[in-house]
Amino acid sequence: MAENILNVKAKQEVEPRAEPTSDKPVFTPPVDIYEEKEALVLLADIPGVGESDLDIHLEENTITLRAKVFDTLKDKEPLLKEYRVGDYYRKFTISNLVDQEKITAQLKDGVLKIVLPKAEIKKPRKVPVTLG
Amino acid sequence: MVFLNLKDPFESTISKEISRLQSEMDKLFEKVFGRGLSLFKAHNYPAVNIYHDADNLYITAELPGVSIEDLDISLEENSITIKGEKKSPIKEDVSFHRKERDEGSFNRVITLPVKIDPEKGKAELKNGILTVTLPKAEEAKPKKIEIKIG
Repeated sequence: MAENILNVKAKQEVEPRAEPTSDKPVFTPPVDIYEEKEALVLLADIPGVGESDLDIHLEENTITLRAKVFDTLKDKEPLLKEYRVGDYYRKFTISNLVDQEKITAQLKDGVLKIVLPKAEIKKPRKVPVTLG
Repeated sequence: MVFLNLKDPFESTISKEISRLQSEMDKLFEKVFGRGLSLFKAHNYPAVNIYHDADNLYITAELPGVSIEDLDISLEENSITIKGEKKSPIKEDVSFHRKERDEGSFNRVITLPVKIDPEKGKAELKNGILTVTLPKAEEAKPKKIEIKIG
């Protein structure tokens, strides 16, 4: 297989729905979603986010991902700026086939992994009809 | 037809004017953003930010999904090389619903604006952010001079 050379992709900024209280930009993190035998897995690149700055909210059929990033060097004098530092926000709709009780999340090297286990498929059954 | 052979006198002036304007704009951008602060050029991976204070240069890069074992940083007096690979965490064959993240290798050499002391450089990788602290060489540090009242 030919070696892949990584290229810089511009971060995608999102328009916040409400007036932001800080002047930090908000980005949509790039994600991979793939299907395994037992689960759906979501990977998101969110560099700079620590465990405590991450908020994953599950409501009805929506997963909302919010993450805060703090620029530790912002008081230093910049010489070169090729990327901007900002928060992350993204929302996903999940299907009924996911067992919402068993969703887990893990953060490693700036990559968030959310595992969405598939719900056990209920066996088809016949509905008996009785004559009244 | 005669008309077709005639050159529109306005057209050539306009196109000349446009190209002049273009080069003026380019010059202006260069002036405002500087060579280093250009936000519009394509860069090698990873994109970096460079900061400094009186004693150190600080270089940061976003490297999500790159583990310490796959990252290699080397220093010289006036350059830094950031080399590594972002590997896919997916081992088995899976079916993708969405693929937005990239994997691959990278190698970037950055020329530093001041001389540094390569022996004393420090690097840290945390939550996918690389931070390299490079102490400036003695000769590159700002010096205060005394002013005598004549």
